[in-house]
Amino acid sequence: MGAGHAHRLYRHGHSPVHGLPAHTKLAAAFAFVVVVVSTPREAMWAFALYAVLLAAVAAAARVPAGFLLKRLLIEVPFVAFAVLMPFVAEGERVHVLGLSLSVNGLWGAWNVLAKGTLGVAASVLLAATTELRELLLGLQRLKLPPLLVQIASFMIRYGDVITDEMRRMRIARESRGFEASGVRHWGVLAKSAGALFIRSYERGERVHLAMVSRGYAGSMPVIDEVTASRAQWSSALALPCAALLVCLLGWVL
Amino acid sequence: MGPVTASLEVSGLAFAYPDGHQALFGVDFTVGRGERVALLGPNGAGKTTLVLHLNGILGGGAGAVTVAGLPVGKRHMAEIRQKVGIVFQDPDDQLFMPTVREDVAFGPAAAGLKGPALDARVRTALERVGMADFADRPPHHLSFGQRRRVAVATVLAMEPEILVLDEPSSNLDPASRRELADILRSLDVTVLMVTHDLPYALELCPRALILSDGVIAADGATGELLSDDALMRAHRLELPFGFDPRSVTARA
Repeated sequence: MGAGHAHRLYRHGHSPVHGLPAHTKLAAAFAFVVVVVSTPREAMWAFALYAVLLAAVAAAARVPAGFLLKRLLIEVPFVAFAVLMPFVAEGERVHVLGLSLSVNGLWGAWNVLAKGTLGVAASVLLAATTELRELLLGLQRLKLPPLLVQIASFMIRYGDVITDEMRRMRIARESRGFEASGVRHWGVLAKSAGALFIRSYERGERVHLAMVSRGYAGSMPVIDEVTASRAQWSSALALPCAALLVCLLGWVL
Repeated sequence: MGPVTASLEVSGLAFAYPDGHQALFGVDFTVGRGERVALLGPNGAGKTTLVLHLNGILGGGAGAVTVAGLPVGKRHMAEIRQKVGIVFQDPDDQLFMPTVREDVAFGPAAAGLKGPALDARVRTALERVGMADFADRPPHHLSFGQRRRVAVATVLAMEPEILVLDEPSSNLDPASRRELADILRSLDVTVLMVTHDLPYALELCPRALILSDGVIAADGATGELLSDDALMRAHRLELPFGFDPRSVTARA
């Protein structure tokens, strides 16, 4: 956790996709996921078309396929669940290579796998082309409650500070001969976690004091005014619109 | 102080915490415009409590604080917080925004500054502490000395009447210490420096106050106070080994 994570997902570049304002990209990615999720699972060709759409965006953003695929690995634990479904689901069964599989389960697994992968791929593309800081500003522009955005931005700022504090506490523990090797030591770890919580809480108070001293009165001042032109909106929304077309065809055909 | 209004006037300031602990027992002093004054005192003397009174974070006790003729109180809070710039001891507490530029912009933006005027203010403040090239870096990627300098810039960006520094030299290596001293000397602003670091106080501040047991126990030329062994001992102030304030003043 913490150190550097924030920046590792981002891939520096100057492509047209990188250049779009963050809130247009956020809206586009969200709309795309909604459209994908509402597509009937039987329309397999539609999902292939979605993948092609995403590949086109990746090409425009100059994000190499290897980069994208490696980051898709985060999905693996969910895939494991999908793989189980054909074995445990009820209903009509088919036999493949001597295994008895549920037809319903197969469709369910496909559904989770296809929609999940497309959703993760869209998020990975978003994260690869948008800096974390811009994402937050984008959320602010999209009128997410300011308190949530503030909490998220403090998390980014203090993640490293708190991880570092945790590391120092671990070093201090180990320097005095402590090694967590079993259940018996969980008490010590729990106390460290408690101490870390109190330290962070007190830091929160000091930070608040510093903010109030510089004129904070409950809401963050607007420092960067980001606006999107009509052209930028339309190029960002090209992706979900194309996807919507595919989705409608999927329902009609 | 003559016809010019003093930057800071504290008179009869007394304060007790809600738990009954009385930290200040009638503090009186005045800091003239453009002065650099050190506030010295042992741990627990009430230094931090005093500092938090200067911009109205603490209040409600007896006495009054006036900043550039403006009484500290609810009515002028926004103006007071702009006029009194406090640099806290831990820069990680002071720098809470994701990038240096946004952090320096926080104060002026909260005061309503926008657009190019805001950018110019941020640039000037960062240039004054020699950190203009680091504007887009996140604070946690800077060295401790750099963070301390950015912390000073965040306060300078508000164009304060008086700069209050809490232990400015703590945790700095000698080079960063000297760099910060050069910066502080180059600023044309009133400075109140709260510190244990007596050589640093002597280097930067011609005048010093000793706060002890919640009152001002001494007020005079820094060199003279530091040379008064009996006074120093009475207030738990000790010079570092081998440091003789007389030799320094003689050379200067």
